[in-house]
Amino acid sequence: MKMRRLGWLLAGLSLSGIGVAAGQWLATPGEELSGGETTVHEVGQNAFSLPFANLRGERRTDFAVGNSFFKKNWVQAPASTTARDGLGPHFIARSCSACHALDGRGAPPVDLGEQPMALLIRLSIPGTPSKQAGVVPEPTYGDQFNNDAVDGVKPEGKVAIHYQEISGQFADGERYALRKPTYQLTELGYGSLHPDTMLSPRIAPQVIGLGLLEAIVEKDILKKADPDDRDSDGISGRPNWVWDAPSQKTVLGRFGWKANTGSVAHQTAGAFLGDIGITNKWNPQEACTAKQDDCVAAPSGGKPEISDDLLRKVVFYSQTLAPPARRDVTSPQVLRGKQLFNEMKCATCHTPSYRTGALKGLPEAAFQTIHPYTDLLLHDMGEGLADGRPDFQASGREWKTPPLWGIGLFSDVNGHTFYLHDGRARNLSEAILWHGGEAEAAKQRFVQAKKAERDALLAFLNSL
Amino acid sequence: MLLKKLSLAVATALVFASPVFAAPSAAQVSQHYANLVEANYQDVLTRVKALQTAVDTFVAAPSAEGLEQAKQAWLAAREPYGQTEAFRFYAGPIDDAKGPEGQINAWPLDESYIDYVKGNSKAGIINKPNVAITKQKLASLNEKGGEENVSTGFHAIEFLLWGQDFNKEGPGNRSYTDFVDGQAPNADRRRTYLKTVTELLVDDVQYLVEAWQPNAKNYRARFEKDPQAVRKMLVGMGVLSRAELAGERMEVALASRDQEDEHSCFSDNTHRDIVTNAEGIRNVWLGQYKRIDGTDIKGPSLQELVQASNPQAAEKLSRDLEATLAAVNAIQAPFDREIAETEGRRRVQKAVQLLRKQSDSMVEAAKAIGIQRLNVKG
Repeated sequence: MKMRRLGWLLAGLSLSGIGVAAGQWLATPGEELSGGETTVHEVGQNAFSLPFANLRGERRTDFAVGNSFFKKNWVQAPASTTARDGLGPHFIARSCSACHALDGRGAPPVDLGEQPMALLIRLSIPGTPSKQAGVVPEPTYGDQFNNDAVDGVKPEGKVAIHYQEISGQFADGERYALRKPTYQLTELGYGSLHPDTMLSPRIAPQVIGLGLLEAIVEKDILKKADPDDRDSDGISGRPNWVWDAPSQKTVLGRFGWKANTGSVAHQTAGAFLGDIGITNKWNPQEACTAKQDDCVAAPSGGKPEISDDLLRKVVFYSQTLAPPARRDVTSPQVLRGKQLFNEMKCATCHTPSYRTGALKGLPEAAFQTIHPYTDLLLHDMGEGLADGRPDFQASGREWKTPPLWGIGLFSDVNGHTFYLHDGRARNLSEAILWHGGEAEAAKQRFVQAKKAERDALLAFLNSL
Repeated sequence: MLLKKLSLAVATALVFASPVFAAPSAAQVSQHYANLVEANYQDVLTRVKALQTAVDTFVAAPSAEGLEQAKQAWLAAREPYGQTEAFRFYAGPIDDAKGPEGQINAWPLDESYIDYVKGNSKAGIINKPNVAITKQKLASLNEKGGEENVSTGFHAIEFLLWGQDFNKEGPGNRSYTDFVDGQAPNADRRRTYLKTVTELLVDDVQYLVEAWQPNAKNYRARFEKDPQAVRKMLVGMGVLSRAELAGERMEVALASRDQEDEHSCFSDNTHRDIVTNAEGIRNVWLGQYKRIDGTDIKGPSLQELVQASNPQAAEKLSRDLEATLAAVNAIQAPFDREIAETEGRRRVQKAVQLLRKQSDSMVEAAKAIGIQRLNVKG
């Protein structure tokens, strides 16, 4: 048995052309195919914008139509362009691509005088939420703060961001700085906020590989959950259970910074309403509250404002954006980084690989070996990152492990390197240094590591 | 001596007896391509400079005739430009990290970002007096806060010259009085805007010409030594064929029937965009380009390169390209009416099918010269 396995290993090695050095980690053949057969080989600005490589024929047309509507600017009603009116009355952006530019990662405003667009602010108050909402909305402003509005309607207010620098040093003496943001809502349009209002900043994540994440088999996610830390490894990942409007039941959460949505369809429909003000099949009512008279009175762009067919195509588009292949998988530094990623136990939460199952309506995503680097579970990440705002089962200290695929391409696609849920980390090193709570031990291993090792780990992350 | 003469005779006989041409080398093919690209961009520059002259004349003294001249100049500039789109998609000068493609040709655009629209007379940069109208400012506003927030390029100019198209039978019909002080609000800013974006367009095309000039330390110099040059040529052809032309420009319009999804929706010139795109693809394949002054560029081509390895694959692609050209030429203007009517839709759909077919043939042709994984996204 051992001999046979050794033979396979050697055959595999010779195929990949990697020499065997004692103790040296090796590239696994095919590991650069982050999305299995859906993977595209692309870098540069378009790296996140291509369809699954195995998408064919008419489905590519649906992708193209969905793409067109993903980019479309919505306009306020009434308008002569009836297919795309219905913006607002309250909104934060006029199109999906305004925040998910080139299907990539949004950034917080660089100029602090500018209003954020790709960073949204979720709102809620303490209490017992409904099964569908998962949060108790703030009574006047709802569950999301909208800093823009159509003509004749007041915006809900403005978002002010302040950063506080926190400095520290690695074990080898090299200094680093972190910036901690605080948020204030100012120039409120409809009076004061509830005194116990909780707010949570959320940056627009990259839109790649979502259909693949949807196709990960539920039990493969749940088997890694360990809420009571039975194996005493310090990690206690938990699933979030969330309402899914399309299937009309509670499902495992997979999407969003706190895994607060369970399907791409629910996520997309929610974003259409919450971010752009476009009513749709699963969100037929505008998000105006009773106290927002001007919002309630504003004209509608139709019932619903986006047709079911076009919504379906935008969902399909969002599901079928391809993960780009990794780069430099055989570089010795990247391989050393991969080894460290495992030794430092980053991989415990950033689970490297899965084999997906079947997903209704998306055969291209089925039975693929993918490498998203996430367990899709909630983890307590410590006080520094906490937003204090629960969302379905997620506590105010928990965040879902985000997928790491594509993080090495943010600068190519979006011209920046801002990471974490609010874009506070200005580079990958800062992102790691913010890890606390369950991840504190792993973070300390990074702090203690030698410079060459830290650089190798960063090289590995940049290859994703 | 006799042996030498004999072998010389034999050799000569062989040369004349054999009908096989010597295949060009990949380097010769890419060098000739660089010539072709430069000539095409030069023609675009000539035409956009003519557009600039017409715009400047119009802006100095707006009149109906002047507006018409400017429109004709715009249409004329699109003829060579459409053919250059086959040089995109491989991060060449047009679309690398600092490439000007989005600044030159982004579409569709949100009209209300630039100027007033039906139902909103105060919309757009033109109607916001606190926004400076300079090349830098307009360039910085291009695609800011959304991919449809287009402020520059061919289609911004098109919108200013034609206005919104509310007419299924014809193009937009903006009055020249929009540019006359006292006849329309912010006429002065509208004139400045038109003049400024045209100047920016000339700058951007100039940049492309310089990148492809011979005997300079530029992209062309690197391209001519690039072992991947032939692959890039094929990528440009393939992605334009399948993803961009068939997909973005035709299938989306067929699916949505939305006039907004038409490439040149204000001028109703989309049928020419489609034809010139298809011509551009064929130009790259055959290594041929007809200049605006009538002269023909000819030289070592991809077609010859592939033919030397796999004549059937080369023949197939050549036939497919001709079939596509016939089909795109059969599409009737205006495109927005074509996609709304049964017969018109059939014509557009046929062209889409042939574009897909030629993309498949390109993948085969690429394999014939050792390029295994040509991704045309189709």
